[in-house]
Amino acid sequence: MSASGAPLLEIENVGKMYGTGAKATHAIADVSFALDDREFVCVVGPSGCGKTTLLKCVGGLLRPTRGQVLLRGKQVNAPPEEMALVFQEYGRSLMPWASVRNNVLLPLRHKSLGRRERKALVEEALEAVGLTRFIDHYPWQLSGGMQQRVAIARALAYQPSILLMDEPFASVDAQTRGDLEDLVLRVREEFAVTILFVTHDIDESVYLSDRVVVLTHAPTEVKEVIDVDLPFPRDQLATKELPEFAHLRAHVYRLIKREQAEPAEQELATVTTATKGDRA
Amino acid sequence: MSRRTYHAAAIAAEIAVPLGIVAAWQLWTVHAQDPKFPRLSTILVQFRELWLFSQFGLHVVPSLERIGLGFGIAVVLGVALGIPLGLSRWGRILAMPHIEWWRAMPPPALLPISIVLLHSIGNRQKVSFIAFFCLFPVLLNTIDGVRGIDPTMIETARSYGLRGFARIRRIVLPAALPQIFAGMRTSLSLAVIMMVLTEYFSSTSGVGYVLLISKNTFQLAPMWAAIVLIGVLGYVLNLLLILVERRVLAWHRGWRAAAAQ
Repeated sequence: MSASGAPLLEIENVGKMYGTGAKATHAIADVSFALDDREFVCVVGPSGCGKTTLLKCVGGLLRPTRGQVLLRGKQVNAPPEEMALVFQEYGRSLMPWASVRNNVLLPLRHKSLGRRERKALVEEALEAVGLTRFIDHYPWQLSGGMQQRVAIARALAYQPSILLMDEPFASVDAQTRGDLEDLVLRVREEFAVTILFVTHDIDESVYLSDRVVVLTHAPTEVKEVIDVDLPFPRDQLATKELPEFAHLRAHVYRLIKREQAEPAEQELATVTTATKGDRA
Repeated sequence: MSRRTYHAAAIAAEIAVPLGIVAAWQLWTVHAQDPKFPRLSTILVQFRELWLFSQFGLHVVPSLERIGLGFGIAVVLGVALGIPLGLSRWGRILAMPHIEWWRAMPPPALLPISIVLLHSIGNRQKVSFIAFFCLFPVLLNTIDGVRGIDPTMIETARSYGLRGFARIRRIVLPAALPQIFAGMRTSLSLAVIMMVLTEYFSSTSGVGYVLLISKNTFQLAPMWAAIVLIGVLGYVLNLLLILVERRVLAWHRGWRAAAAQ
């Protein structure tokens, strides 16, 4: 796609600060990494490290306070049509008043497509996630895992080249989670999408991705980028039994563990200074 | 008690209590012989003579027209103003004091001025008056409903490039609809009150007018017949609105039931 060999998506020194002056919180300090076309990159980090904030900056929903996000070399200032975002809270991102069909149709309504094309896209996407039978149900009539599949179908029907996923499987049970992981790997092939996937689950990050970006605690930076050379297609049993898998998993785990040990002392330090500040 | 007997008992109780009240009224009025409290049978005869259907076209239809128009205008205006105000913080800062000020105004205080300003004691004045006071519940509920939309839903709309009117039509309006309906129910009962008030104050037709004439001529039976009719109107109108709401908001009941599990 990119003739020049430049990456599809570049995150360049992105930082995000909330508020100003003394009350400012530094959510993200400085994060840079890039995604090539059709790559699957997972972002992991200790809880509260601003993974969601970062993803929203990438998706054009939040404006970074420093640095920039480049899509095919062009700065992202608003949500681009080439990206689709899948939220963690499927229950709040699907419209309860609309059927599964209309939920998937929703983002297509303002695209310049024919009636028939729209219908075909909706049906194709729902078939890919195995929900054809439930097209006329309401989302709240479905289980959590199925609802998240509706959200994935909606994203796919939008025909993005990049799928942004924000801890999409954090609130489903383990069995469903495995199924959904394999579903994402499959649709990635089928729809030829690049995926940026935020998760707090270390196994998941290694299992899914080509690369894992490990973040530090806030103010967030990139701790390490790890290449995952596990063979495709991946398999919940076979892949996870590979010694390389165990090795990578342990490596990521150690990095994050080390991160989580530190901020406790830091937080303590901030609390002490804050109390002093209040007294002054 | 099984489910079925429970339901049967509930419905029986619902019907039995009003019947009991009506029977008690009849017994008491026959005994008391007080002209201020005519017998039920007298009221019902009067009710039939007045409303079924000799004066129906003359007095009931105009009243219903005024309620319908006034309420309709209030709903359209309330939603049309409520959505932008719900979305705009600055809009609210500028508008809320005025809304609160007019909302706190007792309706009778504006009756004389409404007649002067509108040069009318006819439908123009009646409908405007009803619409004005029915506006506030719809308006305030729409504002609240729009403000209460889940931020994730708005972010979803933004991330899929849903902008402007499309976002309002596809996301904001349906999400606020349950609360808009709550406002509409309050407004509809207000509409009946305002109808009676304006007609009683100045008019040449309508249920409120019949009330006024019977008072002026000391005819108690038509007065009671009008009271019964107003009660029936309010009850039936509310019932109709609830039926519409059940259809339009069927998803909302299902969704809430699913969320409660």
